[in-house]
Amino acid sequence: MMVAVVALTRSRNLFAVIVLFGLYSFLTATVMVALDAVDVAMTEAAVGAGISTVLLLGALHLCNSEEEKPAHKPWLPLLVTIGTGLVLVYGTWDLPAFSDPVAPIHTHVAPRYLEQGPRETGVPNVVTAVLASYRGFDTLGETMVVFTAGIGIIALLSRRRYVRRGKQ
Amino acid sequence: MTSFLAHYDYWVMIFLAMSGLFIVISRGNLIKKLVGLAILQTSVYLLYLAPGKLVGGTAPIVDAAFTVYSNPLPQVLILTAIVVGVATLALGLALVVRIREEYGTIEEDEILHLDADPADAAVPADPANNTPASQR
Repeated sequence: MMVAVVALTRSRNLFAVIVLFGLYSFLTATVMVALDAVDVAMTEAAVGAGISTVLLLGALHLCNSEEEKPAHKPWLPLLVTIGTGLVLVYGTWDLPAFSDPVAPIHTHVAPRYLEQGPRETGVPNVVTAVLASYRGFDTLGETMVVFTAGIGIIALLSRRRYVRRGKQ
Repeated sequence: MTSFLAHYDYWVMIFLAMSGLFIVISRGNLIKKLVGLAILQTSVYLLYLAPGKLVGGTAPIVDAAFTVYSNPLPQVLILTAIVVGVATLALGLALVVRIREEYGTIEEDEILHLDADPADAAVPADPANNTPASQR
């Protein structure tokens, strides 16, 4: 995964960048399966690796497929990112260790959902139960975000067609 | 040494996030910037999911055969985040396509150059609809 990202950063051919991004998304989905997040892995494989790649390729079709050489030397951004990364690594020392069963994340709300969820909603998959039942309004808000994004895209791209027709 | 192994997963995610950030701030191409933003986003998904994992646990689908489950709540949040992420990516790409129509380029420095000196624009800009380059 890290190799794919490094290759992606260095490549200047945007088609290669997009294909590497699809590869990276699939690898991420595999890691998610290893982290027991099967629903998320399925969504990431379909949406992240599938739809995102198709959208990026569609946009690439309308633009140039070669990236130009960067105008500035990359030393200042490199310094900024390494500095931020070191600060974040310093921050991880205070985080609970990987798979620590007494970490706050495992003791607070989740046991309640795991114990009561299937009985209260009748759905054995707790992720589905929380998503569609306990947090149904959250999911409604999410669909509204997607709807708004769709309206924005239609507004941007239909104006383009209108302008082109006006020129002819 | 045990401490190193216990936090190794966070460091992988930090590396991915910083690669994404580096692409966003150092590359001039708008499509590549969006790819960098998507990588930064994916690393945050992993950062949410990893603490919820329990070694020896299974996916949170309740069954009599299992007693230890991974935490379902981060997974719910990230499911929502993935869908919203692809919606924003699509909107960003639509903006890039519009910028390309208007300026004839998707390189940031060329757009800034055209904004400073509109006389040598490759594509004649429509003054009623001049998208500022600083928006992206």
